[in-house]
Amino acid sequence: MSIRDRLSGNEAIATAMRQINPDVFAMFPITPSTEIPQYFAQYVADGKVDTEFITVESEHSSLSACMGAEAAGCRAVTATSSAGLAYMNEVLYVAASSRLPIVLAVSCRALTGPININHDYSDSMAERDSGFIQIYAENNQEAYDNYLQAHRIAETADVRLPIMICEDGFITSHAIENIELEEDDAVKAFVGEYKPEHYLLKEENPLAVGPYGVSGYYMEARVAQAEAMKNAKRAILDVAADFERTFGRKYGLIEEYCMEDAELAIVLMGSSAGTAKAAVNELRAQGVKAGLVKVRVFRPFPGEEIAQAISHCKAVAVLDKSEGFSGCGGPLFAETASMCINLEKRPKMVDIVYGLGGRDFTVDHAKRVYRRLEKIVATGEVGPIYSHMGQRDLREDVQ
Amino acid sequence: MAYNLKEQLSKEERFEAGHRLCAGCGAGIVCRAMMRAVEPEDKAVICNATGCLEVSSFQYPFTAWHDSYIHTAFENTSATASGVEAAYNVMKRKGKIPAERNVKILAIGGDGGTYDIGFQSLSGALERGHDFTYFCYDNNAYMNTGTQRSSATPRFASATTTPAGVESVGKKQAQKDLTQIVVSHGSPYVAQTTLIGNLKDFHEKAHKAIYTQGATFVNVLCPCPRGWQYPAEDLIKICKLAVDTCVWPLYEVENGEYRLTYEPKKKLPVEEFMSLQGRFKHCFKPGNEWTIEAAQQYVDKKWEELLAKCK
Repeated sequence: MSIRDRLSGNEAIATAMRQINPDVFAMFPITPSTEIPQYFAQYVADGKVDTEFITVESEHSSLSACMGAEAAGCRAVTATSSAGLAYMNEVLYVAASSRLPIVLAVSCRALTGPININHDYSDSMAERDSGFIQIYAENNQEAYDNYLQAHRIAETADVRLPIMICEDGFITSHAIENIELEEDDAVKAFVGEYKPEHYLLKEENPLAVGPYGVSGYYMEARVAQAEAMKNAKRAILDVAADFERTFGRKYGLIEEYCMEDAELAIVLMGSSAGTAKAAVNELRAQGVKAGLVKVRVFRPFPGEEIAQAISHCKAVAVLDKSEGFSGCGGPLFAETASMCINLEKRPKMVDIVYGLGGRDFTVDHAKRVYRRLEKIVATGEVGPIYSHMGQRDLREDVQ
Repeated sequence: MAYNLKEQLSKEERFEAGHRLCAGCGAGIVCRAMMRAVEPEDKAVICNATGCLEVSSFQYPFTAWHDSYIHTAFENTSATASGVEAAYNVMKRKGKIPAERNVKILAIGGDGGTYDIGFQSLSGALERGHDFTYFCYDNNAYMNTGTQRSSATPRFASATTTPAGVESVGKKQAQKDLTQIVVSHGSPYVAQTTLIGNLKDFHEKAHKAIYTQGATFVNVLCPCPRGWQYPAEDLIKICKLAVDTCVWPLYEVENGEYRLTYEPKKKLPVEEFMSLQGRFKHCFKPGNEWTIEAAQQYVDKKWEELLAKCK
């Protein structure tokens, strides 16, 4: 029986952690993820978990401690945001290449310049090449559900990669919404025990982790890691299928909303999906064939699935909530567009960068995007491929 | 039981021959001696910072280490060790490791990975008091990248980023006194040692550090033939001179109590330590005599300060 409650995204993730009872949690605070370790510290203080809770002196050290613990044979977790994730950068790559299935909760927040504590994906997108699996939540329920699935995905034998469970800073991390929680025992049974094959503290067989890999060996390690990331796609779907059987909520790599006959589509991630769905509903009521693709999993990138979902559309706008500074669009657009390159028939595509540093994204914004797509279809003119939306000076805005 | 090198050497090696460290490098001796200080019935997990030792002892697919070993990065060895220690504690508590089994957690890094880039994670782990022992093999510069100065490089040493030249007499600053900084953390056992004689001083300190509960620290002066520019066979001679000139005094601090473990019968002039090494060659050029005097004054001052603490 699931339990109805009202929780913020951070408390939902902390609750999932309590239910899983990881072996080691190494923490360092940063807004807006700080609440996760704070809730957890109270669980430790109240004897609700028997986790070793290490209060380290930086995010670089929190992930390093997780590496030591995971390699030693334990489930290790941490949480961070923004500059904290950027400070972990080096260790993210090492953890992934060492094939340690650490679970990292990220309350996504803008990177500094200027300093800003609100939401966008400049932190997690900057780590898209780190080798971590990345799963994004639309709301607190998904943040909780994704977290419950995280350990099993990461620990899958032919995957063994660390994973980021991402929620939108403040929008999801702090907003309190209704949620269905699962019973502690049911969660424990679903997640299962961690039984690594090789680990530092295995008595009968010592292990060496983190070698110097010369040119004659390095590439094999990287290719094996790339294969593991490809395998993660299947693992994510397998775990999602079992999750649906157990708890009844369905997840995929992407979520298609009114896409079957859609002519105009938006591709985006996270909490904006809820807003865009409201716009789709309004437009559908007016007879506009609008649809939405929400990208749940960004790593591994479900390029074929997205391409398939939008292939029949006439015009598509990809909405990037991180700048990327490529000079020609954000990362979600670049990857989505590149995966459409070999389609027989493909839609006109534009990229719109929006919502940086917590800038609002409203139903009206989403409707304006669909209006622009209508215009592209009507005129055959794409206009600027890459633009920004929601700026103070509306003359510069998406028309 | 009295220390006997022959008996010690009859123990099974836990740091294997065939590693790629240079001839005349102190790090291999440190590793062998460090592992001899772990009781044969106990296991160890070694956490190693990026550096000469790491690239020389664990080049895929070979490892010189008999015990479990982990290298993650340059600046985070103490944090990695913190995680291993946490894992050990929780696995013991949950019965995943038998109560009677003893695993010692050791961290090892050069002065770059300890004094400088790894200083924050070291300080954090010391403050938290994880049960582990950190060994610093201090070779006075960033040797793996080619002898760039570190905060452990002594004043007047010529390093590739503080070269001697017509306008330069080598490094301008004295070395950071890391051993004292670690003492200030309140660590239950801190020691300074090097490779002299039958390695009794090293062994006893390493053993005490490893078998003292809490975050303990052993700072080992560990010459580098490439960076210090001496013939490989002079390694032990240079260590002995570092001790007899009081450039590197041997002492330990147990729960805040200082104890000198070696006092030279005759304190030799610093010049004798410096003259054997190419990195101080410029100090002996006419007109640079003052550098040797200044080096002597610094050593004398530090020695007097230490003696006062050991009283």
